[in-house]
Amino acid sequence: MTALRAQPMLLTTTLCHPERARRFDKGDWERLVWQSRAAELMAQLQRVLADADILQKAPLAARRHLDLASTIAERHAFAVRSELRGLQRALQALDVPVLLLKGAAYTALSHRAAAGRIFNDIDILVPKSALRDVEQRLNWDGWFSLHTTVYDERYYREWMHEIPPLEHKNRGTVLDVHHTILPPTSGIRPDPGDLFAASIRLGGEWAFFHVLAPTDMVIHSACHLFFGEFHKGLRDLYDLHQLLSDFSVDTAFWTALVKRARSLDLALPVLDALTQCVRLYETGVPAAVTANLALSSSSPWPGWMRAWLFEQVLRPPHASAHDRSTRLAHWLIFVRSHWLRMPLPLLAYHLSHKLFVE
Amino acid sequence: MRIAQLAPAALAERLEGEGVLLPCGTFSVCIRSDIPALTSGLIQLYADFPVLDPHEVYVDFEVDVSAPTLMRRFLRPQVVLRCDGRVPFKPLPLGQAMPMLEWGLNWVISSHAHDHLVLHAAVVERGGRALVLAADPGSGKSTLCAALIHSGWRLLSDELTLVALSDGLIEPIVRPISLKNASIDVVRTLGPDVVISQVCHDTAKGSVAHMRPPAASVDAMNQRVMPAMLVFPKFATGSALRSEAVGPAHALIELTRHAFNASVLAAVGFDALCGFSEAVQSYRIEYGSFEQVLPEIDRLWQAQT
Repeated sequence: MTALRAQPMLLTTTLCHPERARRFDKGDWERLVWQSRAAELMAQLQRVLADADILQKAPLAARRHLDLASTIAERHAFAVRSELRGLQRALQALDVPVLLLKGAAYTALSHRAAAGRIFNDIDILVPKSALRDVEQRLNWDGWFSLHTTVYDERYYREWMHEIPPLEHKNRGTVLDVHHTILPPTSGIRPDPGDLFAASIRLGGEWAFFHVLAPTDMVIHSACHLFFGEFHKGLRDLYDLHQLLSDFSVDTAFWTALVKRARSLDLALPVLDALTQCVRLYETGVPAAVTANLALSSSSPWPGWMRAWLFEQVLRPPHASAHDRSTRLAHWLIFVRSHWLRMPLPLLAYHLSHKLFVE
Repeated sequence: MRIAQLAPAALAERLEGEGVLLPCGTFSVCIRSDIPALTSGLIQLYADFPVLDPHEVYVDFEVDVSAPTLMRRFLRPQVVLRCDGRVPFKPLPLGQAMPMLEWGLNWVISSHAHDHLVLHAAVVERGGRALVLAADPGSGKSTLCAALIHSGWRLLSDELTLVALSDGLIEPIVRPISLKNASIDVVRTLGPDVVISQVCHDTAKGSVAHMRPPAASVDAMNQRVMPAMLVFPKFATGSALRSEAVGPAHALIELTRHAFNASVLAAVGFDALCGFSEAVQSYRIEYGSFEQVLPEIDRLWQAQT
């Protein structure tokens, strides 16, 4: 088993071309199940295979894992909807817009990207001026800060784009309350007012909540992934693939996306996201769009190195998908994510605190 | 082929290379490790277990027990357990490699076997029907389980009772019995055939050791059983015997606390718990010695058959 060559593309190729799984042997199925579990994409994989009528070709044991993942994901979506109803009860007395981000937004939208997606925390965005009131209301409803050290408090309150994560005292659900989409210390400061102005109020059961406009939703998801540490890189990229495939049905979407990314000074992460979506999920992105974005993005890292880094870290976090350099690439990406998040003096201060004080 | 039929050197080589595929409840788990203590631990505790052929049997999980970093191989050596890209526990000192494997395998089952109700309970069988022992840690559940299998009961599990959601039958997870502190010496006195692993001191649970499961229980690991009786045991030194019947509603409430995956299963899990509580006769037994509790369990078991 150890002598086998790494299969970094097994999972993504199967998600794109489920029919190829017809020829899989027992070993392929085993690795597919392990990799999809490690990448937190198993329920999504189950759905793709079921839609393509391939599931019955799987060994019974593989199918058991896939079907269980799907059951758990359904139960998870049920729990998220119940948390959202609770948030509405806690916050509706305040007259402030509450915007759902990422997984919670996909769930409330019943978007394809929500299908099978398991996430550990719920993310919301509220105006900075309303933070105190929102936090107090949440406290009254049983949400309390997870971080109790003075340093962590300061780290979040002064430098980050969110308050310290809150945990519900009974259910253990974690809630991230953001006031903007990027850490102010990163130097890129999109105006949250702008995001609220363009946001969309949901209908029906979720009319209390807003979500980001399609362009902003893609840009936020891209920033979150490409400024981050890629822990759930393949999963987040699959979200992006689903969002892009859906939003681009509207022909005006691509032009709007390029324009918005440029005006927010975020062309580079969007370009990275589109490039990797095309490479791994064969997303239908017009060549003119990436060319246009490339004109307004620049990075201090050479192109070949970025390509190598992204190729390494956008693999399922499983030994059967890794080679000798994967660990190094992850370390470099970790350094890069901090580099992007803070100016150097602050970074030095933060790291020395983590190293020597804690 | 069984573990005992492999020479220690061959077993060690296999653990370091392609891995050793063992049955683990409803799963098969491939174990890899380069730690010598794990080889001797497997020989001691898993001697009667069949080694499965990875070319024939579907491999559900891969578990790797090794040093967390190169430095930790030499400097204050530690072990960490990895399962398919995940690390469920913080690293432990090297000497605790075997307990870590056992805890890791429990984690593999309790966090993935969601086509079952997973109860934190021991379960044994006699006459084709199961007796389930559910209790909080420290109540003497595993010790009582060890005593029962030395008086003729078959071991299904000392730690996790898997109740199939499909038909309510209990799935055996035959594995070593986990013993803590004073119970290690108590179990040692049960008989000359008792095999107990090396004791690990200073773990999170105090001193721990494991007892080899009887070969007959290992051989019968595929025989699922209908639940018949549920006991909430409570051992206290010097306690008098107190035994009382518990109604299904009370049994349900108490059992909910011992259900690992109730929140994952939600409504389906609640139905399974209700079905289980109604299918069994339940008792609460407080005791201070095996001489009190074993005849009492026998009496209740005879009375209901």
